[in-house]
Amino acid sequence: MTAPTSGTVEVLRAGALTTVQDLGRPGWAHLGVPRSGALDPAALRLANRLVGNPEPAAGLEITLTGCALRFTRATAVALAGADADVRVGTRPGDVGRPLAVPAGAVVRIGPPRTGLRSWLAVAGGIAVEPVLGSRATDTLSGLGPPPLRDGDRLPLGTPTGPPAPVDVTVTAPPPAELRLTLRLGPRDDWFTPLALDRLLGSAYTVSPVSNRVGARLTGAALPRAVAGELPSEGLVLGAVQVPSDGQPLVFLADHPTTGGYPVIGVVADVTPLAQARPGTTVTFHGPQR
Amino acid sequence: MRIRPVGAHALLLDCAGETDVGTADAGGDMTGPDEAVAARVEAWRAELWRRRERGELDAVEIVPAAATVLLDGVRDPERTTALLAGWTPAPVATVAPPATAEVPVTYDGEDLPTVAGHWGVDVSAVVRRLTTTEFRVAFCGFAPGFAYLTGLPAALSVPRLASPRPRVPAGSVALAGPYAGIYPTASPGGWLLVGRTELPLFDVHADPPARLAPGTRVRLVPA
Repeated sequence: MTAPTSGTVEVLRAGALTTVQDLGRPGWAHLGVPRSGALDPAALRLANRLVGNPEPAAGLEITLTGCALRFTRATAVALAGADADVRVGTRPGDVGRPLAVPAGAVVRIGPPRTGLRSWLAVAGGIAVEPVLGSRATDTLSGLGPPPLRDGDRLPLGTPTGPPAPVDVTVTAPPPAELRLTLRLGPRDDWFTPLALDRLLGSAYTVSPVSNRVGARLTGAALPRAVAGELPSEGLVLGAVQVPSDGQPLVFLADHPTTGGYPVIGVVADVTPLAQARPGTTVTFHGPQR
Repeated sequence: MRIRPVGAHALLLDCAGETDVGTADAGGDMTGPDEAVAARVEAWRAELWRRRERGELDAVEIVPAAATVLLDGVRDPERTTALLAGWTPAPVATVAPPATAEVPVTYDGEDLPTVAGHWGVDVSAVVRRLTTTEFRVAFCGFAPGFAYLTGLPAALSVPRLASPRPRVPAGSVALAGPYAGIYPTASPGGWLLVGRTELPLFDVHADPPARLAPGTRVRLVPA
């Protein structure tokens, strides 16, 4: 199972939350194992392509405060996702381009200028031991490696291809207001018509207690038509669950596999929420309206 | 059985009738569906797992729960919905013998007297009941390898603690609602503790990683 390793990355400054992420561990939900994986898989895939890795290789997901890393061997790295200051030694680099890193050099990633999270790919990938087919840190269940701490050393895999010959990729800043496409169901019939009007007709705000499990929103409460408790049922990525306080919660990659609050609808693409800072305005739009 | 839409790539098979939804008691406690619903869920789970194995069903996840089976990672939900309409699940008893597990339990949980009080019997009768019941894993959830065990009659449902314990040790055997469960790892928890087991329940290096997968018949034998 262990990939051949080639050098290590030393964590000089882990930042607020830096985790190892790949495309997660789908296929185990029936045993209570969350999917986990990068909150924006397309950004991780892009970063991997830029350094010549297979798209599912494990990289680092860096949250809000950046991080600093030293590489024991010469390698290539690429940053995708939020626009942030990135330096190799003292030399500034660009987001969305492969960057050559000499042996022993320090790569510093600054706080994002906009958005919340960046993904750093390293040629050869982060080669920690996979757990149930994935190297992802699952912040809900604790599977996978723990979040990075200062002083950690992570093994690197052997590069399999040359970095991509690109000059520039386009990184769009996150919009001021997130418009999320939503399909009602499976439990929209547990809510009043007023709740559906509010969900599709009013603006919500991303709460500061949001995390990799879910984006908590605050706004007009969604009243229930059916009292009582929903027997636990399976959850999907993007499920909009409404707990007893009536404030919706959009589940992200580390969501639990089952839940006992009704899901009013499902968001088609949750990746914009990966960049939604607390205070961001969110509106929901469905095929219905 | 009713199929509920779940986004663009998932379907929820709802095995409850329109009137079977759980009702909260004064404490807002978990209730479960009746035994017929649980049997329909298990029949569909087994049927769908078999059909996926034979290549007749396209789904990344087939997740049973209290009254539903979720199909997630379905490329063509419309086609799958049409297929489902033509399938009838084989009754649980008619297919291959299920996996079984004996879990040795030391019955010394601190909530045994509370459970005895709810059931209106003494502690030894609670233990006798638990050791002689054939449980079945209805579904997993809450944590990797946490199995919801069905087998106790609905009349013996017990409420969860009003405020959960901050830490329940790994291996704790506990009751809540109509279910028994075993904490695979230490975690906060509000279930009533009746005993403990040394048996490891979740091991990422084992195949399958969870000892108690959905459908497994379970006996909580005295250690």
